[in-house]
Amino acid sequence: MTNPRTGPQQRPARETQTQTQTLQPMTTRTARVHVFGRDHINTDEIIPARYLTTDREEELAPYAMQDYDPEFVQRVGKGDIVIAGADFGCGSSREHAVWALRGAGVSAVLAPNFARIFYRNAVNNGFPALECEGIAELFSDGDEATLDLEAGTIRNETTGRELRFTPLPDFALAVREAGGWLEYMRDQDAAALAGETLNTPSTQAGHGHAGQPQGDAQSFESPESPEVPGTEPDRA
Amino acid sequence: MGSTIAEKILAAHAGRETVTPGELLECTTDLVLCHEITTPAALRMLEERGMDRVFDPEKIVAVPDHSVPAMNIKAAQMYQKLKSWVQDKGIRHFYDVGRGGIAHVVLENSGLIKPGQTLVSGDSHTCNAGALGAFATGVGSTDLAGAIYAGRVWFKVPETMLIRVIGEAGPGVTPKDIVLEVIRQIGADGANYMVMEWVGDYIDRLDMEGRFTLTNMAIEAGGKTGIVAVDDITREYLRVRGVEPGEYTEYQSDPDARYAVTIEIDASQVQPTVAYPHIPSNGRVAGTDAIPVTHAYVGSCTNGRISDLREVAQILRGRRVADGVQMIIVPATQAIWKQAAVEGLMEIFVDAGATVSYPSCGACLGMHTGVLGPNDVCISSSNRNFVGRMGDPTAQIYLASPATVAASAVTGVITDPRTMQAEAAD
Repeated sequence: MTNPRTGPQQRPARETQTQTQTLQPMTTRTARVHVFGRDHINTDEIIPARYLTTDREEELAPYAMQDYDPEFVQRVGKGDIVIAGADFGCGSSREHAVWALRGAGVSAVLAPNFARIFYRNAVNNGFPALECEGIAELFSDGDEATLDLEAGTIRNETTGRELRFTPLPDFALAVREAGGWLEYMRDQDAAALAGETLNTPSTQAGHGHAGQPQGDAQSFESPESPEVPGTEPDRA
Repeated sequence: MGSTIAEKILAAHAGRETVTPGELLECTTDLVLCHEITTPAALRMLEERGMDRVFDPEKIVAVPDHSVPAMNIKAAQMYQKLKSWVQDKGIRHFYDVGRGGIAHVVLENSGLIKPGQTLVSGDSHTCNAGALGAFATGVGSTDLAGAIYAGRVWFKVPETMLIRVIGEAGPGVTPKDIVLEVIRQIGADGANYMVMEWVGDYIDRLDMEGRFTLTNMAIEAGGKTGIVAVDDITREYLRVRGVEPGEYTEYQSDPDARYAVTIEIDASQVQPTVAYPHIPSNGRVAGTDAIPVTHAYVGSCTNGRISDLREVAQILRGRRVADGVQMIIVPATQAIWKQAAVEGLMEIFVDAGATVSYPSCGACLGMHTGVLGPNDVCISSSNRNFVGRMGDPTAQIYLASPATVAASAVTGVITDPRTMQAEAAD
């Protein structure tokens, strides 16, 4: 149960200061932008249900955004960035929406905000879904953008204008660093021996961990624990 | 500062006294609902990572419903994947084709999901079960995999929107009309990330089937879940299904609980409402425009219950579906199908020229058994009218109550059902 990146003993959620400097892949990228200016672009448009009989990224990729823009997959290149209107990814819970976009080459999506299931699917896949007010007005289709995950900025290389996006919460960065939520969980199970969870590190190891007893004497008195990721304005 | 029902349930499942909106927590899941579309991906993820285990087979409920009976070979393989996993892991709560139906409606009737519990599923309409006073929410396949593996899921504690519905709804105005009106008012992301907690004397009188329709649609306003506090109606509904009070925990919101938003709806002012394409918040009063339809669909986890079918039968009795309109009626579960047969509803449907299908999600999401073609116009009792949702991207979907769907099927244009209901009552 060793994660090749973090090792079994590390607790990613507690190391976000250093992680922001070691994000993989690269924290800064310059890429072409595709603007989907409309609000409420839903998961049926991102990947229609008729293609849900596979969960392979490479099989989903040819159909990414098909019911919004059938030509998108011809234009998109590896590493490109999608910029969208508010409430991107609303509707169904299909994680296929994230996989289809990533499979098509998209490296990040920026929008004023995201529908919650799409957002948490992005977090769980380590796929950057970045909240950025005013983003759709900053770009035109085909502009070049430089995205700096570490600095929390996106710059339009065509116009020179720049915006700050809401930084990913520490938790999301930790999941990204671990390689995804399942890897994060697996690391946690290893770390459970040290008695830590997201809720009450060092005191609640048994809570909810399969294979460990529940309901034995547990102290619940630390709701203000500084270790609990707090009030980032994310959606999940 | 007090807590809401949702905050209390999450606190109890994170081993905490209290929680605050915005906090990230890991919570235990009491139940995990699995269907054949999103579960196979979760299982593959677990297998590929050497994490192929089930935290507790008794806490998994498996119900194939989206693409069953299989409409093609790939769908058959996904069903096979779910079934072989269920058999391999000794999962007893498996509602196979012919014994189940639409997962959310099967679950609400099963007695397995109880007030005060947490439920996740790889399906956005998991919020349906919130009507029982549970915290039920849809997640993706990775979250589903984590829940299967460890019985855990991460949550950001949501804020709560309080929706107070007062007054008596007029004849012909159903819970579907109420929820479409709420979504019209707050917008398709009006409750993004929030819990939608329903209160008020209208809710106090509403039966469980109506409450499920309200909580089912939470996701169409972006909500994390809908929730209704336990009362005598809930307790009786559960008792009939073999669950006694004392077998579950009832939570009530504190008088000084914090609500991010409070809205009030006067049910007596709500009209039969139709959500126009292509978003559920695009509501207008039924019959405002004479829109011809080619299809009429009654079904889905939102409105495929026996009360919905009775509503439809009341209008179809002695009437015919208009020429040129294809009407599809889909009882949500096997039990509802049988009940409709016992009550003679099937005969009414068939005499009216409607086709009655087997329980599944098929037409609602354009997978099978009622897929729309180019430029079709469908009036639907389902939950979503996005571009391409029910088939071709040029098709138009109008969302409404089962009664409005039935009335529109008879006239061939979108129709306020109240005149026909009054005639039917005479």
